Amino acid sequence: MAVLAARTDISRFGAEAIRFSPRQSDLLIVAGRISIKMMPVLIRIYEQMPEPKWVISMGACASSGGVFDTYSVIQGIDRFIPVDVYIPGCPPRPEGVVDGLIKLQELVDKEKFSDYAPPATNS
Amino acid sequence: MSLADTLSQIKATFPETVFDVTEHAGEKIIHIQGLVVLDVLGEFQKSGFNFLADITAIDNMTLGGFERFAVVYHLLSQETAERVTVKAYVSEENLILPSVESLWKTADWQEREIYDLFGITFEGHPNLVRIMNPDDFEGHPLRKDYPRLGRKERDNFPIVERRIGRKAQRE
Repeated sequence: MAVLAARTDISRFGAEAIRFSPRQSDLLIVAGRISIKMMPVLIRIYEQMPEPKWVISMGACASSGGVFDTYSVIQGIDRFIPVDVYIPGCPPRPEGVVDGLIKLQELVDKEKFSDYAPPATNS
Repeated sequence: MSLADTLSQIKATFPETVFDVTEHAGEKIIHIQGLVVLDVLGEFQKSGFNFLADITAIDNMTLGGFERFAVVYHLLSQETAERVTVKAYVSEENLILPSVESLWKTADWQEREIYDLFGITFEGHPNLVRIMNPDDFEGHPLRKDYPRLGRKERDNFPIVERRIGRKAQRE
């Protein structure tokens, strides 16, 4: 919320339009612990997003499980879905989120349209 | 009726199924056999303990106790502000307790939680299914013989790859 508010104001980077449907999104920000019950949901959300798509793992819990080393907490979402940028912190600072977003934009700048060519099929 | 009277009345009504009455931090604890828990809690409800504050459970595997598992009911009288704890013991072989959902609706979710985490069955519960773990989860995680890091549940998910073109470019 602080990232969206006046002080850090993520709309300066063109990223203020929050969509709560994965089908209208190109960036997935995963925040907080992902339990074994939520992981199938997260995979489904990720797969529903249209290409091109990117993932930010926000905070220690999403990136590594944080202090929650128990049977029910996924020890980092990158074990199962591809992550582009990790934001450290517990909780992350708003500046960290903005920095992560800028890092992601630099990453996107380097990508080419031809990178998204569909894989060759045998048809 | 005061709490002391209620306790002695319950002791007289259920002479063989009340194991003990103890006190901790100024609050009475009554230790009973699991099978009579519905009757005992009904008596408490009649005598003014109208609020079921919490239900929880203990695995006595490493602690020792009357039986392996104890289901703990915390009651509160909202008139006299008295509290009482009821510990109902169930053995490992016969993990069945009567449900108290008919006395307090709040027992519904609490008993589902204990069923989920300890595997204790509540007879007469309207919808006894897991409340927190996934429906296909195996085992009962709060039992002392369940490994803290689980049985690889957290590692068993499909790995979603990037689209092939992008993956090649990144690496």
